[in-house]
Amino acid sequence: MSEQERIQKQKSERAKTEQAEVNVDTTKGDQLKNDLDDLLDEIDEVLEENAEEFVRNYVQKGGE
Amino acid sequence: MQVPKVLGIETEYGIAGGPEQDPIFASSIIVNAYAQEGRTRINWDFDSESPSSDSRGVLNFASFAPIVETHLANTVLTNGARLYVDHAHPEYSSPECRTPLEATLYDVAGEEIMLRAMNVSNLSLDPSMRITLYKNNCDGKGNSYGTHENYLLSRELEFKAVVAGVVPHFVSRQIIFGAGKVGAETEDGLEQNPAFQLSQRAEFFEEVIGLETTLKRPIVNTRDEPHSDAERFRRLHVIIGDANMSQVATFAKLGSTSLLLSLLEAEGPKVFPSMPVHPVQTVRSFALDTTLTHAVLCEDGKKRTAWDFQDELWNLSDSFVKRTGAQDVAPEDEVALILKHWREMLDGVRDNPASVADRVDWVAKLRVIEGLKDRYNLLDNDAKLRAVDLQYHDLRNEKSLARRVGLQELFSNEQASEAVHNPPKTTRAYFRGQCVARYPEQIVAANWDSVVFDLGEGPLQRVPMLDPLRGTAELTQDLLEKNATANALLKAMNG
Repeated sequence: MSEQERIQKQKSERAKTEQAEVNVDTTKGDQLKNDLDDLLDEIDEVLEENAEEFVRNYVQKGGE
Repeated sequence: MQVPKVLGIETEYGIAGGPEQDPIFASSIIVNAYAQEGRTRINWDFDSESPSSDSRGVLNFASFAPIVETHLANTVLTNGARLYVDHAHPEYSSPECRTPLEATLYDVAGEEIMLRAMNVSNLSLDPSMRITLYKNNCDGKGNSYGTHENYLLSRELEFKAVVAGVVPHFVSRQIIFGAGKVGAETEDGLEQNPAFQLSQRAEFFEEVIGLETTLKRPIVNTRDEPHSDAERFRRLHVIIGDANMSQVATFAKLGSTSLLLSLLEAEGPKVFPSMPVHPVQTVRSFALDTTLTHAVLCEDGKKRTAWDFQDELWNLSDSFVKRTGAQDVAPEDEVALILKHWREMLDGVRDNPASVADRVDWVAKLRVIEGLKDRYNLLDNDAKLRAVDLQYHDLRNEKSLARRVGLQELFSNEQASEAVHNPPKTTRAYFRGQCVARYPEQIVAANWDSVVFDLGEGPLQRVPMLDPLRGTAELTQDLLEKNATANALLKAMNG
């Protein structure tokens, strides 16, 4: 399974879990966790694909 | 004596891409692209620059004076700012502003200007050479570049009083204004092997006081270059601080520092908390402590955490505002907003970090880092986490993580666009920006304290602006509106 597919699968599983939880009384802690999960999903989508190369290539000259 | 806290921020942006991966060339493309787009190709005038002048009174020839490059792209914008290439980075120096909120708006305008410059540049570059800009301060490999704040001070304030007043704030304010960093990158930092630090910049500081900005960086920079009447004013050039993506953090950073400087002018350094015995170790050790419990020994024999310093400084400022109003910093409502955010952020980082993840950059960044670590079982030094650290500061809307973490905004897009084009009305930046907009053909150069006109005949005419509080809309708008040409303007001013 490619990483992209794995993420998609995880996401759909999470979506199911979230749906199941809609009817129960969501405490503030759960709400925060769900918000973070949504945020992490969004970040996964825009994060540079090859993190290693991206980080390695970012080299600056000192300034000021 | 207290003087109005005129202020501004200068930011060197990180830059990636460009032809042959040459950052100086890429930075020039950025500056020139914006200048051509906005048709402001007016040069910066270096005549009154003296960055090697030292506030301590004598020039210290043993230290390396900063090098001023005169051959690189360098322009003045219609909003009164300076956009140029500094070393190997594009830099935006905001116009002089009258209040912290206004200075925050012009910092946000700077981001927008860099974004537009990047987009215009990339239209004409091969896709393989596209340029990306980052509003950050380090590359993770031991290279740092600055975000500097500038504040107008009374010349009557002695420099050693400035040092005693600002060091407690400058070592500790990173617990609310730090932009956060994964890992470490200096020799000392790497020895500590932290997973995360509060500040991008802290580990790069090596001295308490000094003139340099690129080597042996000092907590208090002594550059004495007031860009104004040196008999009346100092300019405190603050080099210790991170570029904030959070607008509220920028605002509270400028606001808290302005309040403390105003208090220092009014009451001297004795009311301030005692200095840490080892300021450089202190700033580094505070950066390494995400639990905010590390305490350092101070000159009065007491131990203080960064939180203790900030709590004391907030209480001093609150009491100063209650007694005097602190109108030299900002109007009443704005001063109240500074104190409110400062207090909430301070209590939040200690008691409930999630409550300030919408304002404190390091908290917002760390939340994502820890979330991804949990989700994928990543080690502290995983490249993915370092990528998050970098991409938090990416200016591109489609890539920026800072734009996705839910940071509060203080300004609408319309307000930011307005500030991209128009100067603040409250300082001499108004006159500079308006002259650039109205008489671009007749201005040959401009800098912080003058505008130079070439009327086509006779010698060049320099209009000095030695008082940052003159040249405001109130004082010059009529004059500018009544005189459609530069000739008429100068005639009216000389007559």
